[in-house]
Amino acid sequence: MELNRKLEILADAAKYDASCASSGAAKKDSRGSTGVGSTGGMGICHSFTPDGRCVSLLKVLLTNVCLYDCHYCINRRSSNVQRARFTPEEVVKLTLDFYKRNYIEGLFLSSGIVRNADFTMEQVIEVARQLREVHQFRGYIHLKTIPEASQELIEKAGWYADRISINIELPTQAGLDKLAPEKNLKNTTQAMGGIRRRIEETVAAKKEAQQVRNRPRAAAPVFATGQSTQMLVGADSSDDALVLTRADELYRDYRLRRVYYSGFSPIPEPSVLLPIKAPPLVREHRLYQADWLLRFYGFNVREIVPVAHPHLDLELDPKLSWALRNRDVFPVDVNRASREMLWRIPGLGTMNVARILAARRHGRLHLADLLRMGIRLKKIMPFIIAADHVPRASLLEGDQLRQRFLPAPKQMELNFHNPPPATPEDALMARSGQL
Amino acid sequence: MVRAIIEPNYAAWRDKAREMLGAHVRPHEVDWCDATQTGSLMMEEPGLPRFVDPSEVKVPAEFLKLAAGVCAHTDERRFAILYRLLFRITRGGERHLMDHPADADMTLCRGWTKAVGRDVHKMHAFVRFRLVGVNEETGREQFVAWYEPEFRILRMASSFFEKRFAGMDWSILTPDECAHWDGHALSFSPGVSRLSVPDADAHDDLWRTYYRSIFNPARLKIQAMKSEMPMKFWKNLPEARIIPDLISGSSLRVEEMLEEPERPVKPMPNNEYIKALHARRLQGPGES
Repeated sequence: MELNRKLEILADAAKYDASCASSGAAKKDSRGSTGVGSTGGMGICHSFTPDGRCVSLLKVLLTNVCLYDCHYCINRRSSNVQRARFTPEEVVKLTLDFYKRNYIEGLFLSSGIVRNADFTMEQVIEVARQLREVHQFRGYIHLKTIPEASQELIEKAGWYADRISINIELPTQAGLDKLAPEKNLKNTTQAMGGIRRRIEETVAAKKEAQQVRNRPRAAAPVFATGQSTQMLVGADSSDDALVLTRADELYRDYRLRRVYYSGFSPIPEPSVLLPIKAPPLVREHRLYQADWLLRFYGFNVREIVPVAHPHLDLELDPKLSWALRNRDVFPVDVNRASREMLWRIPGLGTMNVARILAARRHGRLHLADLLRMGIRLKKIMPFIIAADHVPRASLLEGDQLRQRFLPAPKQMELNFHNPPPATPEDALMARSGQL
Repeated sequence: MVRAIIEPNYAAWRDKAREMLGAHVRPHEVDWCDATQTGSLMMEEPGLPRFVDPSEVKVPAEFLKLAAGVCAHTDERRFAILYRLLFRITRGGERHLMDHPADADMTLCRGWTKAVGRDVHKMHAFVRFRLVGVNEETGREQFVAWYEPEFRILRMASSFFEKRFAGMDWSILTPDECAHWDGHALSFSPGVSRLSVPDADAHDDLWRTYYRSIFNPARLKIQAMKSEMPMKFWKNLPEARIIPDLISGSSLRVEEMLEEPERPVKPMPNNEYIKALHARRLQGPGES
């Protein structure tokens, strides 16, 4: 098969993996070598596709031949999709050719399971080995690992890669049993635990190596600096509380860098076990917002999705929803409140909170000061006190506050007898639930 | 009133500002002019004959970093406002001004450096090298890129390319200035016209294939794409020319997916590994 066609099949097969991060790697670059590549700065998005997602890595499968039968996946064994296989050399050359043209930050390599977990892992590792050892490639490498592969091979993958990941896929074993019968939550978390230990050992060893002056830096063992995972949303019946509880556990117990939420979107070759549904794009977006609150804003899962509301509000962002449920803590005085309290004000991000803390050392803050710092007043006004502003007490009471933040209703003319024909955009909107 | 006519770059502003500060010239007494914008008739007025303070002025390192960014911007007010900031910090007793995010001068300067920083970041992202040959002596591949930054940031942005592409020879050509790397040192030469750069690279087709295949037509979000990759960049991006086709073809592709018949489940393959996985699953109850 021609290379162009292989790339078409094996990139198409990889696009349902949401991760594209290329940040958080150890600092390294190509100076003094015959190769190319650098990591350690901010990740760079080299392009954007019309789905609004960034293109930063060459994201391909080594092969889309797969023994597993995961019903949300286009590559499962029951699908009739055309199969293809790259040789390791082909992926190596593609990566280098794309990298030298500044199309990409590096490689994100994954693979269908062929023969068994170890055999597949060895193939994936071989690509990374050639890039690093034969071509001195110092760019970003993200390898997808298979939890059933031997610890030794996972170690080896981590040796070459900047990031390794294992997809958790669904938040519960019951969901996996139904939709991904070969996958096992326990195996996955066990492997994540092993990776966490290796990452922490490496960090400790690096610190130690830096303290010993005469020891060359290269003596510090090399290992990936982070692991991430992906959870599919909307394929099984798990509610947001379940999804976020699992994510929170992954952040706490396995120190994951990122949990990606991937709204299940229509795939070619749909399975009889998983009828195609509209992609839950808004839900996915709200989950990411909630994820941010967990990681950077000091919220816990129960505050974001209390027992009475196991689903996130699709109309309002989760911080605003929390504020509307907890109006008694507002208004908050921006001139006095703690950092943690400022974080809870809807419309204030961590950056702006840092600015407020710095600015108020120079004097009491007025609304004009906030405006100058780039803060959008309309959203935060009901919740804050400033030197020249106290919100009307009535504003924090009653239904009007929620109404104030809801998206404006669209004026519609209804004509039931002779409806206008739906445009393709209407059809897409109806399916995606996005306006 | 003193007129300060300088080349529009950081080094020129810094030298002039040091001179002015030494002479205790107050911000409202200087008229800062860009030498490339001013007619030759305009002459720099001699500085007021004043006492020149020989003592060194201490400036926070953070200010110098800010100044370098501000000078790369094109706003006419930038040199004057930067000098006013400098004066307030050193002579005006506002030494902590750098930590004051709500100050009007600081807000302006931060806005400018942010725009310049974004321009640098976009340049790191959107430069596209084309392979033009191999150096016969060294055997190193030679690449050339054409790029049109919004501000004069080529030098600021170049060290990134030096670190990343040390193992190949490259040139980045812009209308104002060009940067070159030969494996040993960075060098700069005057700007050129677009015509001096090859239009395409043999790999652009493969790259477009990748771009087309990684796009998910079921999640069209055109506005999100445009805000991150504004259309002004499209003309120099080889992948951008297929965007209209991807968008117009997407609803049909989704339609086809929705109409596809559901596929039945195939029987388990005769594979030892899969059998072992299933046997283990049936033995012990999984975690709930």
